[in-house]
Amino acid sequence: MKNGFRQSMAWLHTWTGLLVGWLLLLIFMAGTASYYREEISRWMRPELPATTVSTDVAAARAVQYLQAHAGQAETWFVTLPDPRNPAMRLFWRNPESLAKPPVDGERRRRGGGRFGDATVDPNTGDKLEARDTRGGEFFYRLHFDLHYIPVVWARYLVGFCAMFMLVAIITGVITHKKIFKDFFTFRKDKGLRSWLDFHNVSAVMALPYHAMITYTGIVTLMVMYLPWGIKVAYPTDENAFFSEAFGGMPEVSAPAEGRSSPLPITRLLESARAHWQGVDVSGFTVTHPGAANAVIDIRQRDGRRLSTDTPALRYDMVSGQLLSETPASGAATATRGVLYGLHLARFADWGLRAFFFVSGLIGCLMVASGVVLWAVKERPKHAKRSRIGFGLRLVDALNIGAVAGLPIAFAAYFWGNRLLPVRLPERADAEVSVFFYAWAAALLAGFIWPRRSMWTGLLYLGAVLFALLPLLNALTTQAHLGVTMVSGDWVLAGFDLVMLAFGAMLALCGWRMQRWTPPISAAEKKKRAALQAGTAGAGA
Amino acid sequence: MDRSSSSARPTTAQRLASCFTGPGVGVLSRSLAAMLGGYALASVTSVFCAVALPGARGQAVLTGMLVAIIVCACAALWAFAARTALHAWAGILLPALLMAAVARALGAWA
Repeated sequence: MKNGFRQSMAWLHTWTGLLVGWLLLLIFMAGTASYYREEISRWMRPELPATTVSTDVAAARAVQYLQAHAGQAETWFVTLPDPRNPAMRLFWRNPESLAKPPVDGERRRRGGGRFGDATVDPNTGDKLEARDTRGGEFFYRLHFDLHYIPVVWARYLVGFCAMFMLVAIITGVITHKKIFKDFFTFRKDKGLRSWLDFHNVSAVMALPYHAMITYTGIVTLMVMYLPWGIKVAYPTDENAFFSEAFGGMPEVSAPAEGRSSPLPITRLLESARAHWQGVDVSGFTVTHPGAANAVIDIRQRDGRRLSTDTPALRYDMVSGQLLSETPASGAATATRGVLYGLHLARFADWGLRAFFFVSGLIGCLMVASGVVLWAVKERPKHAKRSRIGFGLRLVDALNIGAVAGLPIAFAAYFWGNRLLPVRLPERADAEVSVFFYAWAAALLAGFIWPRRSMWTGLLYLGAVLFALLPLLNALTTQAHLGVTMVSGDWVLAGFDLVMLAFGAMLALCGWRMQRWTPPISAAEKKKRAALQAGTAGAGA
Repeated sequence: MDRSSSSARPTTAQRLASCFTGPGVGVLSRSLAAMLGGYALASVTSVFCAVALPGARGQAVLTGMLVAIIVCACAALWAFAARTALHAWAGILLPALLMAAVARALGAWA
């Protein structure tokens, strides 16, 4: 279309990147935060004790609690505590007859009010009263379900953006003539050149990560995006595809008449561990608890495997007999499992997790510098006509609202968590509203005054909000740096320290933005020098 | 993209014609080829793999999906790399039709 292959690809890169850049930035930032969603959830519920107990004790407490409080449930879901997540979250699903109708003024509950949940201390088995919050789960959901719009549409929209991203990455590589040399090139204080170099360095440095996370992101939802193969290969029974391809357990038959008491949970876990030669258990699901045909699916702990397809064993809960196990998966299933696993990075220990997190942050910087670069490149054309056109003004406003505004929204979410009254009704939703109100305010500010002073102001505001979080934490909770660093609780201390680092980074950005002066072109320099020489000559 | 060049002021007919041949139309056409055509090609690829690949049915379906994502990205590149918008459409629709025909012969959509 334009002259030459590389020019067309550069054009495609510019426009695919710009059109979805702002939404991509939200997805990237929320996704990057999701690497630490357990840690964020813990920080956001400071009331939870940091106890560590063996899986056997925790499992016994879970069953005890569920028997007492959810004896009539159809299914129990238990995730046992691990070092990243010391409290135990229990879910259960009630039969249709026990579904709770939505209370007035309350949003319709998920699953029509059939689900119950509790956070339980694995040491004592008591229900923990922690503040109502969605914690890191909010960011995780936000990065593919968005918010305020139906989930199905959100996922199509996110898939659309991810596809644009994939195209932008490939065309970005093609556009580069000297991809290796550019890796080592950064020309400071050169205006457009510096932005371009920064965009290049941030893109090339983490290129394998960017390509991987984008492709695997689409893979996580590909069954929804491309269902046509299933419809053709399994015209009558789509469920057959899922059990064949994903090797799940067969459906459990209806509950049998009569009650019988199950074996102690520790004995069942013991058989599972023996079967796996000592690998520990991460959780279990009980179907028809208390019935004569109760079964338990025991899941193996993640961490030693790239794939997300966790092996599981099914036991008869009354006789203790092994009923079935997840079948060995085919090549494509294993490939998908690994790709899915790479995206979620559950296997990562703390070092690798930090590496993924930093790569994600670099991705955010790449997207942010890309949309800013467009505006920097466009500005001289408008300056010549001595008025800012509608397109550039729109991009400027969106850039301010997204690049400088999103950090404010993230910080505001954490502020909301500490400042909203603990007993506030619908508190978790209120926290989410704080996130969106803060973001909307920043976007509005960007649209009202899309100038450099607004950039500076919002960046500084974000810096202050992040940097003061540890202080706010110290004023409102007992789990502040003074306590956590002494006791060596590096999950909570790390959160506070990372917030400080973000504050410092944003302050640096704001300071650079404030001090920045437009670079002078060579022609302009010559003209000024000549002018100066002229005035000096006239003065003499 | 061809641009009609005339020294005189364009007539209404010429102006109307330029709505279909101007540079903006080429971009629009290529964008549609990339998005709609690309998705169509990806869909047909996934169906083709599902029926044509050997081995277990479920594995073939999954492989088709994994490949189709890459095909979709390549189609978008092709749509903007091709010499004309017509080439762009042809390069996407012909392989799609070919694969659809083979998939049909192998029993898809029966």
